Amino acid sequence: MLTMTIIWTGMVVLSILCGLVLGRGPEVAAAAAAGAAAGVELALSIAGMLCLWTGVMEVMRQSGLSEKLSRLLAPILRRLFPQAARDRATMDAISANVSANLLGLGSAATPLGLQAARRLAAKSPGVASDCLCMLVVCNTASIQLIPTTVATVRAAQGCAAPFDILPAVWLASVLSVGVGILACKLFARIWRG
Amino acid sequence: MDLFFTMLVPLTIGTIAVYAAFHRVDVYSALVQGAASGLETLVRIVPALIGLLTAVYMLRASGALELLARLLAPVMDRLGLPSELLPLMLVRPISGSAALGVGAELISTYGPDSQLGRMAAVMLGSTETTFYTIAVYFGAVGISKTRYAVPAALCADLTGFLAAAWAVRLCFAP
Repeated sequence: MLTMTIIWTGMVVLSILCGLVLGRGPEVAAAAAAGAAAGVELALSIAGMLCLWTGVMEVMRQSGLSEKLSRLLAPILRRLFPQAARDRATMDAISANVSANLLGLGSAATPLGLQAARRLAAKSPGVASDCLCMLVVCNTASIQLIPTTVATVRAAQGCAAPFDILPAVWLASVLSVGVGILACKLFARIWRG
Repeated sequence: MDLFFTMLVPLTIGTIAVYAAFHRVDVYSALVQGAASGLETLVRIVPALIGLLTAVYMLRASGALELLARLLAPVMDRLGLPSELLPLMLVRPISGSAALGVGAELISTYGPDSQLGRMAAVMLGSTETTFYTIAVYFGAVGISKTRYAVPAALCADLTGFLAAAWAVRLCFAP
């Protein structure tokens, strides 16, 4: 990804320049080694919980729980995607995508979302339809019910109740997704071109 | 209520296991199989974490972050966002693993139970890698006229950041 190349190189060059100007050269040099080691430590400290959760998600998928959730969501989604509501295959893909996002199955959510996006795009080639914008915005906002990765990081830092942030996460997620959906519905009316 | 949130994870796992067992799923094989895919994810993000944390550590040691934060502090103060969270907000929409690295660093520096550590955690948990997602979706279906998707997604992101700081203040008295 080119963006990350620019950001990463920029960060490194900026720290070298800043470090030299502010007289913190030796600290910058030591930090480079410490940072690389910290990357591995972080990965190791979250490995256990991360794998446990992807395991539990797989159990949910095989037992049909994920599918049940996706059926539960159908009535709400028909309101968000009115132009696609009659297309059964598209709506199935969208509800599977949203429920995978709710469960935090990022790697499953993306292919499902792309499948829905392809069907939506086929109806208006080259230009994003209102439904496609809604689908993309819903996927750029986080709706994960249990943010396991973050909780894992907190637990690794010695937090006794890593999930005590859940109410705050839900509140922030609902507000963020709500504003995203409202923005889509509003822009759909006023956007030209 | 505290006990409920503490027990939420084991209870969730237990309920899922019992439900799946009743539906004749080989729970243990499925668990191990899924855990293996988690390991693949981990292997994929380790190189990014190493690269990003190296740059973040260097940037922090150089004093550049303090300079930038001091510059933007008045604006962020007015919005109720501590300026320490600025680096996290800058990388969040661009790279998930970078945001995880920066966020984990904040959580470890200030402590997982500090207001700042909690705000960083809630920001990570309630926002997504916006630009990456937009690029993947519109790239995959070959659409160049994205209309209002980007501004709408950024509205959601900004709300997420503000709401994260606000929700932590609401849920946890300092």
